Amino acid sequence: MPNWLLPEYIQDMLPEEAWRIEAMRSKVIELLRLSGYQLVVPPLLEYEESLLISDSQDMDVRTFKLVDQLSGRTMALRADITPQVARIDAHLLNCQGVTRLCYAGSVLHTQPSGLMRTREPLQIGAELYGHSGLESDLEVQRLMLQALALTGVDGVHLDLGHVGVFRALVQRASIGAELEAALFAALQLKDVPALQGLVAGLPADVQASLLALAQLYGGAEEVLQRAHKILPDFTEIRAALNELEQAAAHLKPLAQGIGVDLAELRGYHYHSGMVFAAYHAGSHDAIALGGRYDDLGKSFGRARPATGFSMDLRQLFGLLPPVVQTRGILAPYSNDAALLASIARLRSEGHAVVVDLLGNAAFRSELNCDRELILRNSAWVVVELDN
Amino acid sequence: MITIALSKGRIFEETLPLLEAAGVIPLEAPESSRKLILSTNRADVRLIIVRASDVPTYVQYGAADLGVAGKDVLNEHGGVGLYQPLDLNIARCRMMVAVRDDFDYAAAVRQGARLRVATKYLQTAREHFAGKGVHVDLIKLYGSMELAPLVGLSDAIVDVVSSGNTLKANHLKAVEEIAQISSRLVVNQASLKLKGAVIQPMLDAFSRAVSV
Repeated sequence: MPNWLLPEYIQDMLPEEAWRIEAMRSKVIELLRLSGYQLVVPPLLEYEESLLISDSQDMDVRTFKLVDQLSGRTMALRADITPQVARIDAHLLNCQGVTRLCYAGSVLHTQPSGLMRTREPLQIGAELYGHSGLESDLEVQRLMLQALALTGVDGVHLDLGHVGVFRALVQRASIGAELEAALFAALQLKDVPALQGLVAGLPADVQASLLALAQLYGGAEEVLQRAHKILPDFTEIRAALNELEQAAAHLKPLAQGIGVDLAELRGYHYHSGMVFAAYHAGSHDAIALGGRYDDLGKSFGRARPATGFSMDLRQLFGLLPPVVQTRGILAPYSNDAALLASIARLRSEGHAVVVDLLGNAAFRSELNCDRELILRNSAWVVVELDN
Repeated sequence: MITIALSKGRIFEETLPLLEAAGVIPLEAPESSRKLILSTNRADVRLIIVRASDVPTYVQYGAADLGVAGKDVLNEHGGVGLYQPLDLNIARCRMMVAVRDDFDYAAAVRQGARLRVATKYLQTAREHFAGKGVHVDLIKLYGSMELAPLVGLSDAIVDVVSSGNTLKANHLKAVEEIAQISSRLVVNQASLKLKGAVIQPMLDAFSRAVSV
């Protein structure tokens, strides 16, 4: 096998993709900066225990590991930046009030999360710690939609869920951990036949509610209306439905459509409140994800309310329509002061100026220029390049 | 446009009445046409004909919005990224362990023997024997599983059995049922969220047709 072939699901970002991803990254980071979020850059690898705090087996399998030659301990390459940011909030910043953090960096997965995905996503996201109300959920959800709009992805559909509904049913009916896990798995697949088998021994009202969860998806207003009618009137459930209603109403102007799916329990193991995902017609799975996870910091000794979102810029790039790249201005090689001054001026105005090095004339077309700097009447001027 | 993935043969035949209940009638038959994309009476619905074991993959990656796949195939695939809301109760059969007529399966299991098992359904077989605490070496075959115990390639096979006639004709016996199999309607997750307005009425129609 030639040594320049890359492993499966690992790829280079070539110039067009690299430039556009860099532009997306800087636009989103700027939005976050202007919204009061502080940038952090956690390390690529750290001890396994501090990265695998959510007890999710899925994450364990998807994380690359190696042995630290300095300590003999197992280190892992991050498969998700969220736990690292939670660690930073829990221990390094020592803020008592609200902390807003953002990040952008590569993560690595042992298995791609789908046939169309890379094993090296470029994760960008924001986390808000220290506030547990609807206001912070809304702030983060709004930021996610604004960030998507900035990257140029339009026609976004927002899907909202709430872990609290399922959790309330499980707790009120004192369902054991094993059955809870089985119910959770069946709900994730909306596997009604399996659910019917699982709920058989439970009280009638819980049975009906759990089966109803698998059907409670669709347009936000319509689903919430049905949910109010069908689900039992527990305080936790009423609060959850109320939060969903408010979020759907507030975010309506920012999304093409808003749906609610009460069986959407993604990240149930560490999420604790509202969860949300953005969908787009060009992608077979969610393009941005987020949710409330109030106890993640507990693993680091300080549980703090938290909510956040993240997305993969490389996945978003795949949704963008192609653009015609702006091309540069070709300049001859010379140490003429007037030429150097013109080049400097053009560059400061935002034009790419490429110097045509000597002896390279035959390959000029590869330099990706459509104009050139020439000396006319002893002044340097830009003219169209005829290729 | 809604794309529905189906496999030729039994699943296609038995899905037709359900499609009709949802107001979808294919304009061509897959048996007589060599086309892999079949148009229907509805301009916004088309059918694609794929191998049964490929249906979950097409639906998972959104190449089809809906599909009909046997539970046997879904178990192998893992079902990740799919919704499977409806048991269509068609193409029913059973996933079984079968051995040669003269093989004492119960004794082999009791003794903790290491069994060689030939199957197309690696995941199902692995889970089943792990659940029983039986050590197995799995041999992946693509067809004619019944032959493997007869020619000494394996001690047992795991396969779907509908009438049991093939087993009988080859002097094999079914010794254990792993699961009842029928076909499920599978739905791409993003499609259900983005095209719910078109897909949901179809799901409801299927659901009504099945429960009759």
